[in-house]
Amino acid sequence: MEDNTIVCRCSDLTLQDVRDLINKGYTSFDELKRISRIGMGPCQGRTCMQIVLRELSIATGKPISELSPGIFRPPVKPIKLGEIARHALEGGEVNHD
Amino acid sequence: MMPVELLVIGGGPAGLCAAIQAAEMGSRVMIVDRNNALGGQLVKQTHMFFGSEKQYASKRGFDIAKLLLDKIANLSNIEVLEATTVLGVYEDGVVTLEKNGSYLKVKPKAMVVATGASEKALAFPNNDLPGIYGAGAVQTLMNEYGVKPGNSVLMVGAGNIGLIVSYQLMQAGVKVEAIVEGGPQIGGYLVHASKVRRMGVPIYTQHTVKAAYGKEVLEGVTLCRLDDQWQQIPGTEFDVKADVVCISVGLTPLSELLWQAGCQMKYVNSLGGFVPYRDDNLQTSVKGIFVAGDVSGVEEASSAMVEGYLAGLSAASYLGYKIYNMNELKSDLLLQLDSLRHGPVGDRIRKGIAELRIINEAAASKEA
Repeated sequence: MEDNTIVCRCSDLTLQDVRDLINKGYTSFDELKRISRIGMGPCQGRTCMQIVLRELSIATGKPISELSPGIFRPPVKPIKLGEIARHALEGGEVNHD
Repeated sequence: MMPVELLVIGGGPAGLCAAIQAAEMGSRVMIVDRNNALGGQLVKQTHMFFGSEKQYASKRGFDIAKLLLDKIANLSNIEVLEATTVLGVYEDGVVTLEKNGSYLKVKPKAMVVATGASEKALAFPNNDLPGIYGAGAVQTLMNEYGVKPGNSVLMVGAGNIGLIVSYQLMQAGVKVEAIVEGGPQIGGYLVHASKVRRMGVPIYTQHTVKAAYGKEVLEGVTLCRLDDQWQQIPGTEFDVKADVVCISVGLTPLSELLWQAGCQMKYVNSLGGFVPYRDDNLQTSVKGIFVAGDVSGVEEASSAMVEGYLAGLSAASYLGYKIYNMNELKSDLLLQLDSLRHGPVGDRIRKGIAELRIINEAAASKEA
């Protein structure tokens, strides 16, 4: 029944998927992210993180305040590589020091 | 690389007030907002605000936005970048932006992060059926774009957003079947709750969504009662037919840029999630980075505006701009915040903020 409870809309993970991974020993947001891509889609964790942290809290017995939301890296929204390259060339700031 | 003096990220109530205050003190300000127009959530607030005159009480949200935008338009030292998203904040203080698909870099001397909050999601079976929305999304559809979201709505959450959006749905001619609240009490103001109750909408406290159902799109929802430990009670299920469910179970700060900038963060439940440590001037643990509004703890637009003025004042003063009555102004803003944070909700917010206080200068030592 929980198979159609969606936690991660970006990578299509259900609540059961998340619970199974936690039971396998992935007990931090970053570990779950690396194994399942949760939090790496267009929403960048803005939809799923609170639900995942609550599941981690229940499974580990730690309050959410003791859990880490993982590392937040730029960019927070997709940007084309070509655009970054263009900016670097035209901006004249290719700097390898 | 564009040199910028003060970068304000987010053009909602907090960001606008921060920009106005800093610009009035002489600072050159750039406001960046990812939406096509400034105003944030104010532009869709059709209800009148509470608070006192200083926070524009008894004015409607969109009128307050107009008032603030007029001020912005009259300040020649404010540059506005609309439809622009901040992509990242880097260790060396560089901020990258995306505007119409192109990539920009700026290097601000100081910044006010006023990115607001996002709606929390809820996990229940079939929660991805078309017709299930965040309440804020429905409010944007209706009040900003003039789109009716459906014909019959089940609202999940009896906080202020849930109650106000329910009322506005009825104003738009949409039937609100019921409001469901997991907690034992209605979270929002009683004046909003009474209004929807008088219009015949039942409010079920200690109830939740057990499951949604529907073939291609949402057709209805099965509700059930919760016990005092928030566990579903078997045998209490009943169905409500609806083609729209609005999820209004709280907001969580959009704090990823603060994490990137290296601000010291802490999870505070009463403030909606991970929020930054800050001093009395709303400066974070990273020197030159100030915060205001929901990103520093989810509250209301009234306190977001006051925090905005305070962060703008602090940022301008950090940049070397002064005004003759600065201390007076600051203590008045702090007083306003204090009076807005009254009652049981205000108590929880004050306690939450107390956990985040940076007291001495030494703590705010990391260079921006």
